[in-house]
Amino acid sequence: MNQASWLRPAAEAPGRYLVSGDWRLGNLAEIRGGLADFAAQVDTLDAADIEALDSAGALLLLMTAERLGVPPEQIMLRAEHTALYAAVRDARSTEPAPPQADAGALTRFLAHIGRAVAGIADDLRQLLGFLGLTVVRLGACLVRPRRIPVTSVVHHMEQTGLDALPLVCLLSFLVGAVITFLGATVLADFGAELYVIDLTSYAFMREFGVILTAILLAGRTASAFTAQIGTMKSREEIDAMRTLGLDPVDLLVVPRLLALLVMLPLLSVAATLSGIGGGMAVAWLTLNIVPELFINHLYETIELRHYLVGLGKAPIFALVIALVGCLEGFKVAGTAQSVGERTTSAVVQAITLVILIDAFAALFFMEMGW
Amino acid sequence: MSAPGEPAIRVRGLRTQFGPQVVHDALDLDVARGEILGVVGGSGTGKSVLMRAILNLRPPDAGTVEVLGQTITNDAAAHVNLQRQTGVLFQDGALFSSLTVAENVAVPLKAHHPEITAELLAALIQLKIRLAGLPDSAATKLPSELSGGMRKRAGLARALALDPALLFLDEPTAGLDPIGAAQFDQLLKTLKESLGLTVFLITHDLDTLYAICDRVAVLGRQRILTIGPLAEVERFDDPWVHDYFHGPRARAARQSVHDRST
Repeated sequence: MNQASWLRPAAEAPGRYLVSGDWRLGNLAEIRGGLADFAAQVDTLDAADIEALDSAGALLLLMTAERLGVPPEQIMLRAEHTALYAAVRDARSTEPAPPQADAGALTRFLAHIGRAVAGIADDLRQLLGFLGLTVVRLGACLVRPRRIPVTSVVHHMEQTGLDALPLVCLLSFLVGAVITFLGATVLADFGAELYVIDLTSYAFMREFGVILTAILLAGRTASAFTAQIGTMKSREEIDAMRTLGLDPVDLLVVPRLLALLVMLPLLSVAATLSGIGGGMAVAWLTLNIVPELFINHLYETIELRHYLVGLGKAPIFALVIALVGCLEGFKVAGTAQSVGERTTSAVVQAITLVILIDAFAALFFMEMGW
Repeated sequence: MSAPGEPAIRVRGLRTQFGPQVVHDALDLDVARGEILGVVGGSGTGKSVLMRAILNLRPPDAGTVEVLGQTITNDAAAHVNLQRQTGVLFQDGALFSSLTVAENVAVPLKAHHPEITAELLAALIQLKIRLAGLPDSAATKLPSELSGGMRKRAGLARALALDPALLFLDEPTAGLDPIGAAQFDQLLKTLKESLGLTVFLITHDLDTLYAICDRVAVLGRQRILTIGPLAEVERFDDPWVHDYFHGPRARAARQSVHDRST
């Protein structure tokens, strides 16, 4: 369609233009395109021939009139369109709000970095505060054991521990198998295949058993805690608890923390056994080291202290995962997007902290010669 | 398009059920063009379900629904056409919480009319936001930063984005203070008159019924108990209808309308 089908000069009077056609949302872009380079001396717009008009069409008519310098009262309309036109004109003529100053790209980039750094410091401070609060509440519960919500603790033990057992065992078994296989490939060059047993069992007892479990739970459980508590927060359930005189930390955090403190060490035992089992299977199948020999060698070379060093980290990881998961849940603010952001943040923080703590612990134990 | 005399919505023999529970059975309803129809009924009588059936969000188990002369089927093209001609304001707005108000209004415009230029789009968004009675400063805000009344107005701006012929409102004044609710009623009346809307309005608010509704339909016992102008519906012989329109709150609402008109 061309410009003439929307706007054309009236034959009898100069300066008077006839508007026609279907001025509705569906044709809006077309009309706009057709009239883009229209310019003429226009005094009056006669829109009585318009077939159909909606608020978008009225807006475009008004914008066209503004561009051509036609005053709004010089637009003729059919009676049925005047109410719509008046409503749009009123809305259009309101003074626009002053535009906000837009910062440059570099400023925004720097501001983003600044906010992120301040955010990390803030997160850390809040986490420490939350740690203190939770320890006090946990202590109060342990002094008076009757205050421990047993049902809730058992429920979370099942969700975070028992339900995660197959996953933890399977992944540890596979990682154990891979480590043994890699070790065997390297050690075979020196004719020292037997030491693959030391490699796998050292690795799993000191490090991998507990850290694999912790990373899996950081992904699986910290996110669940955040989503559960966050959804309650956004539905104002947390506020409801407070008004009923119940303490959300007692009710929501303590059971989750207790459950994880029990289950993470247990799961890491299972992970260690599965990992060594995976190593044993590969050793038997590819290196012909029979399980009897594997276990004998294990008894002779590995001391108990290696295992205790590994297992000792489990409660710390449990504390970190439970605290980060719950705290991020409490930070949720209303929206669905906020639940998503907080859940992501919980998993990232939990995994980062677990690996950081593990690295420092490894350094510490090495220096101590444990 | 259909003839102007035809009803905007025509429901015939509608049946909806959830498992063994029958919500509507042989329900007939006509909504005339250009009217505001108030739909009332006790909790659980299926007001919202009826709206969802008309919008084809929940296909009926039996019966037909015609909207603007077009029978509702699962045909995709007909469905898009229906979406362009209907605007819906859900309870509490149902705004997309991760988008600003302006972006919320832009969603239906961009989805159905991607050819509109950015400049025109901005002007349209501003127009809809102003028509809904919101200040320009609300455009850049997230729904979580708005009050309940402003969220409803933002939801209305989004519902009006495509210039629908039919507007569905689910309890628009619930949760608003009386002043805000009265302003919202007036806004609806003005918009209906200037934009020529047909409005399907579910409400519990007696003030809204008396202030702006042309006709009222009462839902109950799985069908429309009665439909007509308020004066007729009030006289309808049914215990629930009688209690509803002759309770102390209804008397007060009727009185206030009477005061305003004299």
